[in-house]
Amino acid sequence: MTTFPDRLKALHSRTPKRVAVYLQFSGRDDYPITYDRLLRGARAYARALEREDIQPGEVVVLILQHGEDLIYSFWGTILNGAIPSIMPFLTEKLSPERYRADLSALISVTKPSAIVTYPEFETEVRAVLRDGDSIRTVIVTDSFEAQTGIDFDTLPGFTRKPEDIVLLQHSSGTTGLQKGVALSHESVFNQLDAYGKALSLSEDDVIISWLPLYHDMGLIAGFLMPILSGVPLVLMSPFDWVRAPYKLMQSVSKYHGTLTWLPNFAYNFCAQKIRDRHIEDVDLSSWRAVINCSEPVRLESHHAFYERFKNHGLRLEALQTSYAMAENVFGVTQSQLGSLPAVDEIDRETFMSERIAKNSFDGRPSMKMMSSGRPLENVHVKVIDEAGSEVSERVIGEIAIQSDCMLAGYYNRPDLTQKAFRDGWYLTGDYGYISNGEVFVSGRKKDMIIVGGKNVYPQDLEALTYEVAGVHSGRSVAFGIFDEMQGTEDVVIISEVDSEDPNEHQRIADGIRQHVTRNSAIALRYVKVVGPKWILKTSSGKTARAANKEKFLMELSEGEGRK
Amino acid sequence: MSDVIAQLSAFVSTNILKQPNRVIESSEPLISSGLIDSFSLMDLALFVEDTFGVRIEDTELNTGTFDNLNQLASLIESRKA
Repeated sequence: MTTFPDRLKALHSRTPKRVAVYLQFSGRDDYPITYDRLLRGARAYARALEREDIQPGEVVVLILQHGEDLIYSFWGTILNGAIPSIMPFLTEKLSPERYRADLSALISVTKPSAIVTYPEFETEVRAVLRDGDSIRTVIVTDSFEAQTGIDFDTLPGFTRKPEDIVLLQHSSGTTGLQKGVALSHESVFNQLDAYGKALSLSEDDVIISWLPLYHDMGLIAGFLMPILSGVPLVLMSPFDWVRAPYKLMQSVSKYHGTLTWLPNFAYNFCAQKIRDRHIEDVDLSSWRAVINCSEPVRLESHHAFYERFKNHGLRLEALQTSYAMAENVFGVTQSQLGSLPAVDEIDRETFMSERIAKNSFDGRPSMKMMSSGRPLENVHVKVIDEAGSEVSERVIGEIAIQSDCMLAGYYNRPDLTQKAFRDGWYLTGDYGYISNGEVFVSGRKKDMIIVGGKNVYPQDLEALTYEVAGVHSGRSVAFGIFDEMQGTEDVVIISEVDSEDPNEHQRIADGIRQHVTRNSAIALRYVKVVGPKWILKTSSGKTARAANKEKFLMELSEGEGRK
Repeated sequence: MSDVIAQLSAFVSTNILKQPNRVIESSEPLISSGLIDSFSLMDLALFVEDTFGVRIEDTELNTGTFDNLNQLASLIESRKA
């Protein structure tokens, strides 16, 4: 068993001139980073951390935008033996106050020793620091020599063991930042071995990605796997992609990209928003697999994507699926590359009322479920009922997993770690069923909303509405509803106020929309302000999200929801 | 000019905000306020191109180019040949 530094050293000594990453920027030429340049840049960071007396095993938070510094500081932290954790950068959409509160929350739970950031952002970061907190130093990117010679043997990272923690991965929001998924070298390599095998990954592959590195899909599939496997990575910024999705197609064509991971909404987004003039000479025939992952997979989204790009060499068999989560490093399942993911047409009524996925018959109303593939060879998947007993094939229950690539724990949160497991199985919080060894994911047990591939906790959004004048605590409900057109969930917030005046409702709705968006960076599709007694509560007085969602959908279909 | 603003306003309230009755003031901040997110910004750019024949490049989709309907309408007028 090996460690990240050992693997990097081996790749460097074998092919120092091979390009590890082609960094893409809007309006600038692509910038190739060879393994030699990667190691030199990383070493400069490792030394900077060492000078600041950052010890192996301590956590270093990286607050950097897409670019060289993010890549070098990540690997430099690892060469120093410390544990990197990438925190999203402050965007113009998010309020600075909320960002500071999030960063404070992260510091209080994770207790990092250092933060790495840009000179322009240093003041913002220092504003969060308090006497007695864990941060001993803020390292600013341009304060030291950027590339230095390589002297592997003296770097402390080489003393790390395979079972040591190598990195932390957080999801966003107040709730997500308190749950840093801690992964060991060994877990990550076990995942990469099993997942690489499922993909038949080879050095002939080229991975194209626009995914952010603070998200598991971007960090593992779109960063660590290629770099640690000697597979070239073409990396663009998510902010550039969302404004110019055609750049993904151009990059696949230019670099003969073979593998890309996308959340479901991106299939719709690309199919709907790319103009012909931007892809005239684009050839997508090199794509072996475009893997749909991190939100529920939809057959309609695959069809839309295929129809839009089939004349550019896209093969239908290239459209694949995977079920993945940070707690398992990344992949749990993968569909069989080269053939179409299985599609299961099931009876809608039995699915809804009896929670059984029966094949449809006699023209009764049905729904098409797309498989997420079979478990990776190192992962066991079972479906359990409320009591924790395994259920039969085609019965819907909670998906539980076991593997040799699980998280070491939620960092500094043994309480949460313990709650996440039952009899040695990790409880995913997702509902689904198994048929012929294929895993079908059908919904979620947790109230989490997945919008554009991003996990959002409704309680975080509800808490934000209570900060808006006129909204009382405990009288808002947030949930997601699936949007066929966008291929992802739309966020809905309903807030109950004392007034019955429609103008007052409109004013408060605007206030909620603005405040929640500025404080969560989540766009709200529907904001509905209602008079007293609209929101349904459980007998214990809690808001019942599912019941309120049903009521909202009913009113929407009656044409009353659009006030 | 006011006709352009009316069309833009109708598109934003109906297609982006899903509140057809919502009146968008022509000086109301759209992007910096969080009313329009980056995904919807693309929709607005495509709508402008299809409706007015005016292109807004991807690098221009930020508050430096426009943040309210007045500014967007001026941009459209200035680019209409």
